[in-house]
Amino acid sequence: MTAYTATVTVRLKRGVLDPEAETTARALERLGFAIEGLRSADRFEVDLEAEDADEAIARAEEMAERLLANPTIHDYDVEVAER
Amino acid sequence: MTVAVVRFGGSNCDRDAERALDRLGIDAEIVWHEDGLPADTTGIVVPGGFSYGDYLRAGAMAAHSPIMTEVREAAADGVPVLGICNGAQIGCESGLTPGAFTTNESARFQCEHVHLRVERADTPWTAAYEDGEVIELPIAHGEGRYELDDDRLTELEIEGRVLFRYCDADGELTPEANPNGSKHNVAGVLGERETVAVLMPHPERATLSELGATDGRGVLRAFADATES
Repeated sequence: MTAYTATVTVRLKRGVLDPEAETTARALERLGFAIEGLRSADRFEVDLEAEDADEAIARAEEMAERLLANPTIHDYDVEVAER
Repeated sequence: MTVAVVRFGGSNCDRDAERALDRLGIDAEIVWHEDGLPADTTGIVVPGGFSYGDYLRAGAMAAHSPIMTEVREAAADGVPVLGICNGAQIGCESGLTPGAFTTNESARFQCEHVHLRVERADTPWTAAYEDGEVIELPIAHGEGRYELDDDRLTELEIEGRVLFRYCDADGELTPEANPNGSKHNVAGVLGERETVAVLMPHPERATLSELGATDGRGVLRAFADATES
């Protein structure tokens, strides 16, 4: 078994309104930053042991499907690295 | 008969729902989620609140608690299930009903009275109303914006599974009357069976005459009708 950290990034699907990101963007503009857009995402770092990287990815993807993301509104991606 | 009002850590409309049902002459009891559903459960309310502190997403944690497996099984057997506010979020997160309730367009918590148009009066939840009737109920939520991709929402509408929409006092579906930016002004939807429904507004808070509004009685009366029939 190898120790991995799986990083799951969950973000809203394109076209789904993100009021919190819009509010944050407006706050940045009020502070004087010129920006053209802002998207927010949640990042989860999961430490786990797996036979290989493929197994670690598969398990992290199942975590995303079943809990970390809501497939109705979210896309997600998974990266793994040995730790 | 007993309507089980499922209490999670952070539920806060459980007693309101129990009292409202009691006042309508419907036997109800609060059930702690870890205890599971009583054997004589003939109806289920998943009440409002902030279960699990809204961690991850509103409703996400409660949706995966073991009692929700029992609730889904009961729903599949035809037991009436009503999810209100946080209960609606839990219902969608658990797959009882389609779509998702997410952050209000205003990005703020909103607590106000709204008008709703009854889209169908031939369901257990709306039998007390007329088609197109405008009723008034309170809302109190930060994540009530209904989201579903356009194709699936169209399917849902064709199947007649939109139960309530936000409207103005005349029943018009205007953007101004939509408090949270919900797609197509959707405020409540049906599950695969019409005995399963979720809505963001609070019928249990519009049931007692001493508090003024009583338009919510009709929704809760579904539980009485379910036993009689």
